[in-house]
Amino acid sequence: MAVRLVFLGRLADLVGARTREVAPGPLSAALAGLPDDLLGPRVKLALNGALVQAEGLVLAEGDELAFLPPVSGG
Amino acid sequence: MAVDIRLLEEDFDPGAAIAACAVAHGQSGGVVSFLGQVRGGDDVEALDLQHYAPLTLPGMQHLAQTVLARWPLDGLLIWHRVGEMLPGAPIVLVAAAARHRRDAFEAADFAMDHLKSESWFWKREKRGGQWHWIEPRAQDHDDLARWDD
Repeated sequence: MAVRLVFLGRLADLVGARTREVAPGPLSAALAGLPDDLLGPRVKLALNGALVQAEGLVLAEGDELAFLPPVSGG
Repeated sequence: MAVDIRLLEEDFDPGAAIAACAVAHGQSGGVVSFLGQVRGGDDVEALDLQHYAPLTLPGMQHLAQTVLARWPLDGLLIWHRVGEMLPGAPIVLVAAAARHRRDAFEAADFAMDHLKSESWFWKREKRGGQWHWIEPRAQDHDDLARWDD
């Protein structure tokens, strides 16, 4: 259980937690058991602080993957 | 060229920050500032701003470099609160110091539009004891599009 998922904004409410730990492997495996609508078209992903695409993403030991809904600052 | 970019966990004094900025840039002809504060008077009891440390401050620093590449400034200050705030509390302060006022006005305006819709913050409001996430407004994206070349 060495990949950390981080859910920002309303996604934390959707999942019911701010963070979750999953096993290394493909993103699809990490998403198992999470809400189906977590990865909507407007949700961006950041792997270890850099934006990435969901397609083909494989998570390694020690990775942190953040789920970022549309921003609302200021 | 002085750049002062901060994420703040606690309340701050915007008047003191602007005054210090003006003193630090005595060579500038003008200092333009924008202060965003928690709107009072409606039924909002509190505002909460979340950030994501690996992205938020680095993103603000990148924004500052973009502003500096676009306008000839003597100084630029961007302070942004995170955490819970009460009505009337300051949320964000942008101050741009420049030799000529037009550059300072435009730089502060540009920085605010990008903070609103391109920076890594998530906002929720408490009304009637319940928290509600705030979705981005179409107006924010229209404001941002003004700067597209």
